[in-house]
Amino acid sequence: MPVSLTINNRSCSAPDGATILDAARLAGIEIPTLCHHPDLSNVGACRMCVVSVQGARALQTACTTPVRDGMVVDTMSADAVATRKFVLEMLLTDHPNDCMGCEVAGDCELQDLVYDHGVQWPEHSGQRHDWPIDPDPNPFIFIDRNKCILCSRCIRACGEIQNRDVWSFAQRGFATKLVAGADEMLLDARCESCGQCVAYCPVGALTDKMSRGKGRTTQVETVRTTCSYCGVGCNFDLNIRGGQIVRVTSAQDAPVNGMALCVKGRYGYDYVHNPERLTRPLVRAKWLTGVEEKVNSNQWTVISQAEKRTATHRSTNGASATALITDNRSLITDDTFIQTDWDTALDVVAGKFAAEKMAHGGDAFAVLASAKCTNEENFLFAKLTRQLLSTNSIDHCARL
Amino acid sequence: MTNSISDLANDSRCIFIIGSNTTENHPVIGTKIRRAVRQRGAKLIVADPRRIDITEHADIWLRHRPGTDIALLNGLMHVILRDGFADMDFIAQRTEGFEEFRAVVEQYTPELTSQITGVSAEKIEQAAHMMGENRPGALVYAMGITQHATGVANVMSCANMQMLLGNMGVAGGGVNPLRGQNNVQGACDMGGLPNVHAGYQNVTLPAVREKFEAAWGVPLSDKVGLTVTEMLDGAERGDVRCLYIIGENPMVSDPDLRHVQHSLDRTEFIVVQELFFSETCHFADVILPAAAFAEKEGTFTNTERRIQRVRKAVEPPGEAQRDSWIVKQLASRLLALGAATPDPDAPWGDWEYDTPEDAMDEINALTPIYGGVTYRRLEAGARLQWPVPDKTHPGTPILHTKQFSRGKGRFAAVDHIPPAEQPDDEYPVILTTGRVIYHWHGGEMTRRAEGLLAVYPEALVEISLEDAQKLGVRDGDMVRVISRRGEVEAKAQLNGRVSRGLVFSTFHFPASSVNWLTSAEHLDPLAKIPEFKVTAVRLEKVEEPIPAG
Ligand code: SF4
Ligand code: SF4
Ligand code: SF4
Ligand code: FES
Repeated sequence: MPVSLTINNRSCSAPDGATILDAARLAGIEIPTLCHHPDLSNVGACRMCVVSVQGARALQTACTTPVRDGMVVDTMSADAVATRKFVLEMLLTDHPNDCMGCEVAGDCELQDLVYDHGVQWPEHSGQRHDWPIDPDPNPFIFIDRNKCILCSRCIRACGEIQNRDVWSFAQRGFATKLVAGADEMLLDARCESCGQCVAYCPVGALTDKMSRGKGRTTQVETVRTTCSYCGVGCNFDLNIRGGQIVRVTSAQDAPVNGMALCVKGRYGYDYVHNPERLTRPLVRAKWLTGVEEKVNSNQWTVISQAEKRTATHRSTNGASATALITDNRSLITDDTFIQTDWDTALDVVAGKFAAEKMAHGGDAFAVLASAKCTNEENFLFAKLTRQLLSTNSIDHCARL
Repeated sequence: MTNSISDLANDSRCIFIIGSNTTENHPVIGTKIRRAVRQRGAKLIVADPRRIDITEHADIWLRHRPGTDIALLNGLMHVILRDGFADMDFIAQRTEGFEEFRAVVEQYTPELTSQITGVSAEKIEQAAHMMGENRPGALVYAMGITQHATGVANVMSCANMQMLLGNMGVAGGGVNPLRGQNNVQGACDMGGLPNVHAGYQNVTLPAVREKFEAAWGVPLSDKVGLTVTEMLDGAERGDVRCLYIIGENPMVSDPDLRHVQHSLDRTEFIVVQELFFSETCHFADVILPAAAFAEKEGTFTNTERRIQRVRKAVEPPGEAQRDSWIVKQLASRLLALGAATPDPDAPWGDWEYDTPEDAMDEINALTPIYGGVTYRRLEAGARLQWPVPDKTHPGTPILHTKQFSRGKGRFAAVDHIPPAEQPDDEYPVILTTGRVIYHWHGGEMTRRAEGLLAVYPEALVEISLEDAQKLGVRDGDMVRVISRRGEVEAKAQLNGRVSRGLVFSTFHFPASSVNWLTSAEHLDPLAKIPEFKVTAVRLEKVEEPIPAG
């Protein structure tokens, strides 16, 4: 049974069990909030959303108060507005005046509310916290408790979305502190580095460490795409500035995952810009002609290591072992890799494939397609294999 | 997956996970399952030899011995049948082969099952009752089911379970394999398999061959091609002369790396298309620099058959090129060289693709399950899960709601077969393999992501406290793991996950990849999947060199 009520002299209706906040939003009436988030449970902690309800002795928090039939609500009563301003003033008395340098300026719910309510920076403020900044070695999550407004959104995000219960409040009153586990480091408190807490923090208290200083929300372009790691298929927004991915942000309307991501999806993107990326084709010298000449005229370059490895070779674990070193003065043997232009490399491959097909037929070929490539690319790999190489020997790592 | 992630999360009353370390390998599904348990009281049963994270949230944890999945499933089904929980209406209307199946399952009493699996008879009874009493129930599995010499039979057993309970074709039910790589589903869908064209159209069927011959304008082979493992054997024999390896790193991720090395060494010509100079690149003749996901347009298909857009955000570095550009360049050169001469009248014979969308047009035309998957619809926000037979079809979030693809669902009578690789006095310990949350597959990408490497910088081997004590090894000491095929060294991790006689490690770090140890010989006879989950090994402590002076 829908409930009928009046908000700001407008009659509206809302489903039974809705809160005043839900009813107002359904009717297109804005009520400011801070600790509320539609994905999370409501705790009524910040009192930003207070409204006057006819017949009630005190202001009610719209995010936790259920609607009743015949309720008369005023969201803009003098009392409500004054209380909101007071809430904001109180928050500012213990907040660093750092919007200028803050990572989330322009994307901060506190900053917007202070602006909307015309609240001034408090000249005479009392005691302020002086927590150490970035005290946690977690490589992904930057903590600045001085900016924490104790809204508990991170606690609820970790508890209700990630279901990991890492965060909680310790102590009471002014001493209240957001702590991980038993006031330990995040990873020791079994944090999975998913970044959900960061994504739900309304202010700059929790930020993405890898992205700091690389571009605020207002300075980046975003591109919605699908994760390159596992088969869950999470969607997110790549944040781009200066041709580089500077951050991944999650999106409530992502079909599979909503705001949730895992550590790889949210923080595992920097391989894309790793300096070890291959940037030119490489061909062993034995498949090329005129190597000396092309090298001397600096059209091609010589890779000085990476000789063909023998069957007993064991590669190392480190990532940097694969950085290629170019040196045009080093000795060129048949097995030396030469960095060539695309036309040369493609001609070598096509020429060899065509010759092998002529001599041995389709059975001479085997193609490993890629579970990392797109559907369209895989379709084309399969077409090349079947139509042009005349074999069905195409497979990929589905079994591995 | 026969079902969708959302109905698994929202509608299942009982979730049975077997052979999936969901929290680490499909993390967001893992959190959704945790949430279903905590917030709406769904029951959770986890069957896994290791005390993986998700067991913490389980109502019942069945710790069975590696390689005893069929026995465990048969034992559970025995109790379900015996105690009247089987959905006899569903079985009568929608399935066949029930009697043969029943005859096998009836032998798996809780006592016998307990002997084979090491799980107590009480727990088997409890779990079976919980599944029977809480329907719809979803069954979730991953590589822990498939990567066995009995992989296909394991999968059939999972399907048996869900048919027996009538958990098919309903929201919150289903058989739900979680696919590993981001687009492993799509690579299969697109015909990246030796036996089928795009859309699982069998290459041996004359009608299928004629259809693709007409489309592409050339005669096509109707002989099933080679699987990955067979390709390497073929290369070793010298039959496979040219290997074209795109975005794969067999020198880390394939079983028995010495065999892989040997095979690659003997191959006449190897082309590798990659982002990085991978371990496999050492064996290449030509290396083509490719573009990463953020550098191209296209679509990926996730584990629930959902087709989603991939969009270009940045340019590839240097002269690196998109894979679609590379393959098109190769194709036009092969055509120019006369490697094939498609009939000019064939509708899809040429290689004129300007954008991935052009390729999607051809996919739409030739792949019935992708018939209605267009960029226009995806861009307009359509949420499509195949089959999407035509351009007005809304997609199919749940498969088999009215009937199975083959009409009736077939019960398979499958018996427990012990793992092909057995421990003995020399190799008394079982090694099982997998991944960890901070890394991915052969580690090609995650070892080059700074933060991920910082949190998990080197290979670890999980060892039980008992085995560690026997070896005199403490957490963080180096151990050597030796199998019949090779050995690796890695740091011991005593995290209480494995029990005595079992160790676990990964293939994220090339020199310590478990694939120096695994076997390429023990394959599932049908799917040719290697037996990654069971390798016999022995352990040694690596003695620290005594500092000089
Ligand atoms: S990163 Fe994830 S697991 Fe860690 S505290 Fe934040 S929400 Fe919890
Ligand atoms: S860290 Fe952010 S989300 Fe957490 S309580 Fe503080 S302000 Fe709220
Ligand atoms: S964000 Fe994590 S869970 Fe989601 S698709 Fe990527 S790897 Fe998988
Ligand atoms: S938003 Fe309602 S109390 Fe914080």
